[in-house]
Amino acid sequence: MEKQTGTIAVKRGLAQMLKGGVIMDVVTPEHAKIAEDAGACAVMALERVPADIRAQGGVARMSDPDMILKIMETVSIPVMAKCRIGHFVEAQVLEAIGVDYIDESEVLTPADEAHHVNKHDFKVPFVCGCRNLGEALRRIAEGAAMIRTKGEAGTGDVVEAVRHARAVLGDIRRLQTMADEEVFAYAKEIGAPYELVNETRELGRMPVVNFAAGGLATPADAAMMMQLGVDGVFVGSGIFKSGNPAARAKAVVEATTHFRDAHIVAEVSKNLGEPMVGRQVTDIPSTELLAGRGW
Amino acid sequence: MRIGVLALQGDFHEHIQSLRRLGVQGAEVRLPGDLDGLDGLIIPGGESTTIGKLAVTYGLLDAIRQFGRNHAIWGTCAGAIFLAKEAHRPQPLLGLMDIVVERNAFGRQTESFEIDIDIPALARTGNGHAPPYHAVFIRAPLIESVGDGVDVLATLDTGRIVAARQGRFLATSFHPELTADDRFHRFFVDMTR
Repeated sequence: MEKQTGTIAVKRGLAQMLKGGVIMDVVTPEHAKIAEDAGACAVMALERVPADIRAQGGVARMSDPDMILKIMETVSIPVMAKCRIGHFVEAQVLEAIGVDYIDESEVLTPADEAHHVNKHDFKVPFVCGCRNLGEALRRIAEGAAMIRTKGEAGTGDVVEAVRHARAVLGDIRRLQTMADEEVFAYAKEIGAPYELVNETRELGRMPVVNFAAGGLATPADAAMMMQLGVDGVFVGSGIFKSGNPAARAKAVVEATTHFRDAHIVAEVSKNLGEPMVGRQVTDIPSTELLAGRGW
Repeated sequence: MRIGVLALQGDFHEHIQSLRRLGVQGAEVRLPGDLDGLDGLIIPGGESTTIGKLAVTYGLLDAIRQFGRNHAIWGTCAGAIFLAKEAHRPQPLLGLMDIVVERNAFGRQTESFEIDIDIPALARTGNGHAPPYHAVFIRAPLIESVGDGVDVLATLDTGRIVAARQGRFLATSFHPELTADDRFHRFFVDMTR
């Protein structure tokens, strides 16, 4: 076989290399350096961290390509960047400048309220958010090579991340108990392609890597998500909106690796300074929630 | 037989599944004590900077070097970088193999690729004949040069080195744990005997 690029195996494969790791939101090359030095397995470039998007409002878009390029020059780990849901030209731009992964993200303001990007059209792999198994498998059908549960970004409140991870993982457990004929009806019920539903049932997991995101702020939050059964974690505002980003970033990385060892999680949780100022999800009007974007 | 897989970060679970298909028990290694009683160690794909930093913090650098005095160790991709003596960047390395690696040698993710390569050394795991090996390269390193006593096991058409063995140590730029072809895992299990 001749050399082939942009295949499903290499797209999903990069996500497999990120497993057990922490992907950190960064706005500048300085942030990216702190993240890499702390042991992040990748960084996510975006215009503003979700807590600032939430506070400042306005339309949130793809980052300045020059800023992303400077981040790519600064670190040796993979660089991901966010595009708006359905904004296939932002995605083309990100592919053109050579980012390693694109996050078609509900954290930015959606550009299309009916269609996600056709991710099969790209050589660069995509990660997408989900709140349940049906949403995850619809994104995989569109070509997503990695999934993250959405949580509620920029809150520092882990409750939605837990809800969505439990929903996806619980859906998979229920699926495995179903009779063959029930799987057809279930696929219809959750609005996902039968083939992907059945593949998930046979594997006992989704056919792509699944990280948790949205509201993680402490080492214990990260370890909890890992114990629930996700493959790794995204931490956004939780690092760079805290009192001591370098120390907190390193602690979250160590807690993610040693997620079953409560003594280590305790040790790394000491003296991290102020966590980000959180905002309880139940206090946020439903119109301001980000997780409902995308379908 | 129990073979450890360094489980600090990366696709360690895929290696454990590959070993299980061969009937070999895999064990996750996160702390130095986890190495006790193991017959060999695999360092998986992942991010070599992340794996290196965690290994330093948790005392695994010296523990693995010690383990390597009389045990086989195999590194895939990031693991191959970690085994090397030089990677042209300031990052923690085990330095167990006399190889120099170039990180991300093919470029960024859109240059990641799959290809069939010939690996004559794998013939010993079959009946003297080795069909092409389907190799997956993800943001892969190249083995730039090897020292005396290092055998080159595989090269690309360009002549660049992608697999090498030095006694008990094995390094591959690609990811046998991502395919169903178990020949490299068999090859390594034989090395631990």
